[in-house]
Amino acid sequence: MNCEVTGMIRTREDLKKRTELANEVMASYDCRILVCSGTGCIASGSEKVYEEFMRIVGDTPGVTLEFGSHGPEAHLGVRKTGCQGVCELGPLVRIQKGDKVVQYTKVQPSDCQEIFNRTVMGDDVIESLLYKQKGVTYTSPDEIPFIAKQTRIVLENCGKYDSESLDEYLASGGFQAFQKALFEMKPEEIVDEVDRSGLRGRGGGGFPTGRKWKQVARQKEKERYVVCNGDEGDPGAFMDGSVMEGDPYKLIEGMMIAGYAVSSENGYIYVRAEYPMSVARLRHAIAELEDKGLLGDHILGTDFNFHMHINRGAGAFVCGEGSALTASIEGNRGMPRVKPPRTVEKGLWAKPTVLNNVETYANVPKIVLQGADWYRSIGTESSPGTKTFSLTGSIQNTGLIEVPMGTTLREIIFDIGGGMKDGGTFKAVQIGGPSGGCLTKDHLDVPLDFETVKKYGAIVGSGGLVVMDDSTCMVEVARFFMSFTQRESCGKCVPCREGTKRMLEILEKIVGGKGELEDLDRLEELATMVKNMSLCGLGKSAPLPVLSTLNTFRDEYIEHIVDKKCRAKVCTALRRFVINPEFCRGCGKCAKNCPVGAITGVRKECYHIDNDLCIKCSTCKDNCAFDAIYIEA
Amino acid sequence: MGVITIDGRKVEFTDEKNLLTIIRKAGIDIPTLCYHSELSTFGACRLCMVEDDRGRMFASCSEEPRDGMVIRTNTERLRKYRKLIIELLLAAHCRDCLTCEKSGDCNLQTLAKRFGIMHVRFQNYKEQMPLDFSSPSIVRDPNKCILCGNCVRVCSELQGIEAINFANRGAEAMVMPAFDKPIGETDCVNCGQCRVFCPTGAISIHHNRTEVWNLLGDPDVRVIAQVAPAVRVAVGAAFGLPKGKSVMGKIANVLRRIGFDEVYDTTFGADLTIMEEASEFVGRVENGGALPLLTSCCPAWVKFVGDQYPDLIPNVSTCRSPQGMLSAVTKEYYRDPANNSDGRRTVMVSIMPCTAKKMEAKRPNSFTDGEQDTDYVLTTTELIDMIRTSGIDFADLEPEASDVPFGLGSGGGVIFGVSGGVTEAVLRRITEGHDQETLDRIAACGVREDEFIREFAVPYKDRELKICVVSGLADAGKVMDQVKSGEKHFDLIEVMACRRGCIMGGGQPRLAGDRTKAARRDGIYKADHSSVIRKCNENPTILSLYDGMLKGKEHRLLHNEKFCAE
Amino acid sequence: MLEECYYKKADEIIAGYGKKPSSLIPIMQDIQAEYRYLPGELLTYVAKQIGISESKAYSVATFYENFSFEEKGKYVIKVCDGTACHVRKSAPILEAFQKELGLSAKKHTTDDMLFTVETVSCLGACGLAPTVMVNEEVHPKMTPESALELIHELRGDRND
Ligand SMILES: Cc1cc2nc3c(=O)[nH]c(=O)nc-3n(C[C@H](O)[C@H](O)[C@H](O)COP(=O)(O)O)c2cc1C
Ligand code: SF4
Ligand code: SF4
Ligand code: SF4
Ligand code: SF4
Ligand code: SF4
Ligand code: SF4
Ligand code: SF4
Ligand code: SF4
Ligand code: FES
Ligand code: FES
Ligand code: FES
Repeated sequence: MNCEVTGMIRTREDLKKRTELANEVMASYDCRILVCSGTGCIASGSEKVYEEFMRIVGDTPGVTLEFGSHGPEAHLGVRKTGCQGVCELGPLVRIQKGDKVVQYTKVQPSDCQEIFNRTVMGDDVIESLLYKQKGVTYTSPDEIPFIAKQTRIVLENCGKYDSESLDEYLASGGFQAFQKALFEMKPEEIVDEVDRSGLRGRGGGGFPTGRKWKQVARQKEKERYVVCNGDEGDPGAFMDGSVMEGDPYKLIEGMMIAGYAVSSENGYIYVRAEYPMSVARLRHAIAELEDKGLLGDHILGTDFNFHMHINRGAGAFVCGEGSALTASIEGNRGMPRVKPPRTVEKGLWAKPTVLNNVETYANVPKIVLQGADWYRSIGTESSPGTKTFSLTGSIQNTGLIEVPMGTTLREIIFDIGGGMKDGGTFKAVQIGGPSGGCLTKDHLDVPLDFETVKKYGAIVGSGGLVVMDDSTCMVEVARFFMSFTQRESCGKCVPCREGTKRMLEILEKIVGGKGELEDLDRLEELATMVKNMSLCGLGKSAPLPVLSTLNTFRDEYIEHIVDKKCRAKVCTALRRFVINPEFCRGCGKCAKNCPVGAITGVRKECYHIDNDLCIKCSTCKDNCAFDAIYIEA
Repeated sequence: MGVITIDGRKVEFTDEKNLLTIIRKAGIDIPTLCYHSELSTFGACRLCMVEDDRGRMFASCSEEPRDGMVIRTNTERLRKYRKLIIELLLAAHCRDCLTCEKSGDCNLQTLAKRFGIMHVRFQNYKEQMPLDFSSPSIVRDPNKCILCGNCVRVCSELQGIEAINFANRGAEAMVMPAFDKPIGETDCVNCGQCRVFCPTGAISIHHNRTEVWNLLGDPDVRVIAQVAPAVRVAVGAAFGLPKGKSVMGKIANVLRRIGFDEVYDTTFGADLTIMEEASEFVGRVENGGALPLLTSCCPAWVKFVGDQYPDLIPNVSTCRSPQGMLSAVTKEYYRDPANNSDGRRTVMVSIMPCTAKKMEAKRPNSFTDGEQDTDYVLTTTELIDMIRTSGIDFADLEPEASDVPFGLGSGGGVIFGVSGGVTEAVLRRITEGHDQETLDRIAACGVREDEFIREFAVPYKDRELKICVVSGLADAGKVMDQVKSGEKHFDLIEVMACRRGCIMGGGQPRLAGDRTKAARRDGIYKADHSSVIRKCNENPTILSLYDGMLKGKEHRLLHNEKFCAE
Repeated sequence: MLEECYYKKADEIIAGYGKKPSSLIPIMQDIQAEYRYLPGELLTYVAKQIGISESKAYSVATFYENFSFEEKGKYVIKVCDGTACHVRKSAPILEAFQKELGLSAKKHTTDDMLFTVETVSCLGACGLAPTVMVNEEVHPKMTPESALELIHELRGDRND
């Protein structure tokens, strides 16, 4: 790109100069057009928006993308950024002039010229493209309640800079922490600082990161590895993906600091198969850093060597488990192994290994730079810092959020999330994905931190938050998660392989309307056994959604079994199709279309559906010209 | 070092590598299906779980013992969970015990009984798979596999072959060769070790009992048995006799009773092998032939060389195995009308500790003049089955002598049953003197050490012979790599595919723990010690055979024209 | 037997990752990307080249969902059934695809080798649930109707 300064960065001085230059470039922009290029916005068509802006800029005399070509021209930057967390509103475009930022939503290529004319070249905003909520229109992104109420550390850069440009990263403070670590701190001091910060693993377990690093640093074996878990298996969570896409340099910087702290020369990032964009951005970043000499041997003229490798997952959730992940990098089946030995002693290639989650590493540079005390000032005593969550389900604003640990569900759902979608009634939130559990309205004011959530039978986990309203069937939700874990079980140990299979069978039987009361006992018997006896976390946590819903929503289970009724009208087999005599005109169309002949009647009179024959295909309902057919729960 | 409280009792431990071993030593038979001391810890069955004083549960097979641990092995929870695990295994299992080859010898069956599973509440969801009969040695029945992974680990960790592995995942996981090929079409060497470690009927011996019973009832056939050294120390225990005690005399008796016409001793074949192999070895040493000489009496090993180290084929001894030599000589003997006055067809049934011998018998170079030398191979296990079928009270039988002319072998032939035996017998052959002192000196040269790879040197004339004795093919592979790379030099390498040699062969009775292993070995050495003849070249029948029938036919009957692995 | 060019391609890919056991997965991924499936003969060939047993290679290949020994269609449609998409009704979308293309839970690829329909758990665009990925392109906010439109569009694509 235009503003790149070529040449190797061999010393700290080089890096300083380079950063100064990057800052200068950044300051020189008259206006930056930031087009969100996360997976979400690209899916909504942001590539075309980007191209359109590039075309317009190219065709407009008097503007330039080049830095330093001093003249009368306006210096513009058109940049692709990472996900801003509100993908639903995409494609997103930010127009930034100094401190003034205008946030446009749902931008189409046809809007670009107008934006360019009025907001880039002029000082006008286009009302129709602004974000609106509850009758209020917001111009600046930081004012949007969804964003304003967050505390962004991990996601701070997402949406603000070009995730494919080292210079933009440098201009946003990149590699300051690494320099500090490398030149001003001893490895032990870094480990200490991280330890004191109280940072806990964000991959689900919440294990103290500093303690893990200490354990690795203490090993006799000299060869060590730093591994990043970017497998992000929780179906319905995309925090780690957004960081890898939107701020790849920060993740790498965090890993480099870890590498220096525990004397490792090799870092591996394991990225899940469904994230091609993350892989592309990380590859780009690594190549650029290698090219500049910031990765490789004798980094910044020191004795520190560090090399980064990327491994792509191949479609196995269980590979998020530490020992399965390292097995997969080694080219094996991703089957978890027994512990001990633990990963810190014998991890990748049977060498001491630091394995952390993407978000965990992404916290590291800030901790090194601003210190443990600063970090501890955020969040709660036992769980300092922030946590990203992926907010989905029946909620007004879905998206990616970052809040201090200890924030309550109520704040998240109602303040940030804007409340329930379509005026629905809050019923429960599934937290922690397939390894987690349900929290209900009784828990709305519970602070979300590792311990508290666990106390209520769920886990913070990786941060998936699925908000559910009355239209969600809790038995079906339990079945859904069970079918996920059952499918993803590696099949090694008996409790998980056979137990989840049988649990799923029983749940399917219940939602299929064939449940018996003793199934609930069996389900519980299996669930407790699988939870206690399984080899790895997948099996140990697989029963949690079932146990948690059985605990909180047992009446719904019983309704399915005894009354053969699904109050949310979700379970197909339990639906009853009924004809409303008030609306039925007796046209007979439904009877003609029914594939199993379940409908009988006399013309011009109300028809009747025999629900014992009915296969719940909904053909009749969909085709009745008079909307006479409805579903009875 | 330390003390662990197990179910309220204090138990001391030293350097046991896991909690399970300590619990077992304390006399508690904690259930397991996937643990084996010679394999890596897999931790899949979860039956060995125990509970600590804080209610934490963990698998004892993979837990490091720590001083001061307090554990319980038999709480109500544990019993309940274990029972459910076994029920779940049975639910996904084809439970036709009555017609199962492993019935009575099956760990799963035993556990089902132990935990009192009287009812299985779940339907088997597994699609029934066809059985794999493609190997002459083993039969795979995927419907009975419980995915403990023992076979996979044996085949890879001990044998270095990986003919079978896990495929698919989750509830669809199975154990199979690549692309679900018939096992007979893979690099499987037929050693049968997977069958020994398999806790269920998923891998069993490809038996030939029916064919042999049929022959025994045919008056036109002379059915001859030959009995391998390792068989005699493994049969007795099945009938309540002391472990490892040689019961060759009773075997001769029972075989006659169930209808065999002649009972010969494979030890005699072993003596022939030593005669030939020793002279081949001396010849190569003195005349500069391909060295190291690789022994050829273990067919699994021979196939391994053919598949994995084809460039070492010239090093393999051209000698047939003891089974092969004895069968060829026997058939030749009865080809002479003078020895076959009633004109019956002669059939050789060899009784072996080994599943690979079934494959060896069918190898093209196990034929003489187009006739298969060994007609059937029965394993020790099949022999035990046949004795049981017959109803004969084996324990009570009087010992009888084997038949002439091929019923008498030397002590050197008997020790073929253990790893190092071939080498020791060759050393006896090429060493002057047969006094006990000389024999003891040979035995002490390193050939009887405990390691699975033994390296030692013995003086020979004006030089030193470098010798390596290996058991287990994974270790053999390591040695071959060292030889190929020039890192190590040997004159003679003896390889037995099964760890500890044929006493632990793939056809031997299963469930042999440390005590059985040791007893079988001692039994062999005792049998050697009590032999009248200790060296092959002092066996009068051998000498007269060389002077008579064998003259000019040594090559045709005792050697392989061409290398052939299967 | 596969044509010579397949082995040439495999050699190229192998060279890129090095002949070592840990290269297995990336090599298979690249082969799969090249041919949209993993020809069994190539797997055997790769195993030999990188020094692992055939059964190990097969074992690894069948562990991971992304490897397929069966040829896939020109368009691989992955319907997301991750949590976010599931609660926003992804099931009817899958049904719509399957119905339109005559596919099922057992049969994934159309006979004309144009379409393969699979499910996937989360594409990382949960904010736009329910989503569908066609080859590498994510389609947001799907409905059964837009699923059909997508098929028509892709079919038309073939003719030009
Ligand atoms: C079945 C299973 C799946 C997991 N998936 C992930 C994952 O996708 N991402 C992740 O970071 N951690 C995952 N974990 C947790 C990891 O095992 C590990 O604890 C974590 O990566 C350690 O990093 P942290 O301490 O920074 O959290 C998973 C664990 C299990 C048992
Ligand atoms: S708990 Fe499940 S995923 Fe984990 S090892 Fe056991 S079978 Fe595999
Ligand atoms: S199609 Fe509607 S109006 Fe016509 S008979 Fe059926 S229910 Fe009545
Ligand atoms: S839902 Fe389908 S099966 Fe049931 S009555 Fe209507 S058309 Fe018939
Ligand atoms: S394997 Fe064991 S449990 Fe299964 S049928 Fe055979 S004897 Fe019975
Ligand atoms: S144990 Fe019972 S079921 Fe089995 S064979 Fe004997 S009588 Fe029949
Ligand atoms: S018989 Fe031996 S080589 Fe063959 S599969 Fe079993 S263990 Fe492996
Ligand atoms: S075949 Fe036997 S040893 Fe192998 S996994 Fe199955 S049950 Fe275990
Ligand atoms: S060691 Fe003995 S039992 Fe084992 S395969 Fe070789 S010959 Fe057979
Ligand atoms: S991708 Fe643009 S906001 Fe998420
Ligand atoms: S013996 Fe410990 S898990 Fe199987
Ligand atoms: S759940 Fe479908 S994209 Fe995440």
